[in-house]
Amino acid sequence: MNRLIRLFGTSIGRKLVMAVTGVLLIGFLISHMLGNMTVFQGQESMNYYAAWLKKHPFLWVARAGLLTIFGLHVVTAISLAIENNAARPEGYRKKSAVAATLSSRYIVVSGLLVLAFLIYHLAHFTFGWVQPDLYHFVDEKARHDVYRMVVLGFQNPIVTGSYVAAMLLLGFHLHHGARSLVQTIGLNHESYNTLIRIGSNTLVAALVIGNCSIPLMILAGFVDPAAK
Amino acid sequence: MNDEETMDLRLHVWRQKDSKSPGKMVTYRANGISPDMSFLEMLDVVNEELVTAGKPPIAFDHDCREGICGMCSLVINGVPHGPQQGTTACQLHMRHFRHGDEITIEPWRARAFPVIRDLVVDRRSLDRVLQAGGYVSVNTGSAPDANAIPVPQDNAEAAFDAAACIGCGACVAACPNASASLFVAAKAQQLSLLPQGQPEREKRAIHMVEAMDREGFGGCTNHYECEAVCPKGIPVRYIADLNRDFLRSALTSREVKPLPPAVDAEE
Ligand code: HEM
Ligand code: FES
Repeated sequence: MNRLIRLFGTSIGRKLVMAVTGVLLIGFLISHMLGNMTVFQGQESMNYYAAWLKKHPFLWVARAGLLTIFGLHVVTAISLAIENNAARPEGYRKKSAVAATLSSRYIVVSGLLVLAFLIYHLAHFTFGWVQPDLYHFVDEKARHDVYRMVVLGFQNPIVTGSYVAAMLLLGFHLHHGARSLVQTIGLNHESYNTLIRIGSNTLVAALVIGNCSIPLMILAGFVDPAAK
Repeated sequence: MNDEETMDLRLHVWRQKDSKSPGKMVTYRANGISPDMSFLEMLDVVNEELVTAGKPPIAFDHDCREGICGMCSLVINGVPHGPQQGTTACQLHMRHFRHGDEITIEPWRARAFPVIRDLVVDRRSLDRVLQAGGYVSVNTGSAPDANAIPVPQDNAEAAFDAAACIGCGACVAACPNASASLFVAAKAQQLSLLPQGQPEREKRAIHMVEAMDREGFGGCTNHYECEAVCPKGIPVRYIADLNRDFLRSALTSREVKPLPPAVDAEE
């Protein structure tokens, strides 16, 4: 235990926390997206999936785990950001970035905006505060009609726009994050660096396009709210 | 040399009397500068004029002026060591500038590098990090036989590349977090890649990282600005190596004593 306390007291130890929680969050994002894709299969699929999740005996374990991982990621990020800021009390009058990308320089900002979106997203679909009139539908099998809530919800262009914007921000966060974590855990070799860059960009693009396809297809009228 | 070959410049230079006084940017003219001069020689010209006029010259660090000692430390137009990649400020020539250019010159900026005067900063924090583990212990006495210890060729090359670090601190100056990771990685890996560096390898990784944090450098967020400005082209691959070494040592080494307090060398 004493070992771990010493490890997480260091900057690299806390970067390990960022990388491990980052991988786990990316894993969650992939499974969350795949689950939500059931919307394209129709009402039965999505409501079945939603009811299965809601009744899952480990639902609260999973929620607690996610909250812990997310909380660790955010708290560690803030502690590192404060230290990194303090390391240069007097800045340059003129400073040019030579190699840093926009996504690396604004990772704290993109992270905080993703956090803001997450709160909005939970308020929207988990707590039903954003579009309360769409929250109480029940389907024929007496399940929460998640399908209609989602499909009618995303027919609102403002709602769809906010989700698309948030996913672009998430993609911006992960453009740096996904490749950065590989370096953090100590993997860097010219024989596979290109593969990592291509692989992480592909993964992030797939996440952004996949997630955006849901609200955009709905707004474009490709998903029938009355479909079974 | 005829007049057309020289150039006139406007310099915006950080002036600060001592570590306690506030500093400010001051504008100077550098006239009649030859493109064959080095950047430091250009500053020498300005300083001679200042001294002749009875004003205090611009203080800047330098020693070898041939790119090997790591003393020169100027942020030129927002880039440590200036626009020419793989080149120290002392080896940067004025032909990379044009007549009429405005050039901003600032000191390395980091909490761990307090300004001593003008463009001179105190970089002893780097020495203290080295003191924490950037060494190998050897027995005195007769010299060991040459080639008695086999060293894989690849490791020898990699250690040599890391050893190219001249400890100038440009990596710190360039990093948005003022992190010394590239310096620490190079100084740790140049030893840890070799058989002679193995006995102290775990302790070295842990103590150097702890010392780096203690000195108030920031952490690495993988921007790779350091690699881009390093006059010796040290790659960030060594930071990954250090991360791996550090994480493995911190999690699995048998015993590593707490980091001892730093002692400053004589002034
Ligand atoms: C689902 C959401 C998120 C995912 C998948 C994610 C993923 C990642 C990944 C993979 C990294 C790279 C770690 C490394 O460089 O080793 C990272 C870094 C970072 N994340 Fe997130 N993140 C998410 C949300 C957030 C939030 C809400 C914040 C809020 C502050 C945040 C702040 C940061 C910061 C500041 C870094 C850089 C840390 C550093 O390099 O020191 N992230 N993230
Ligand atoms: S003065 Fe020695 S490296 Fe520039």
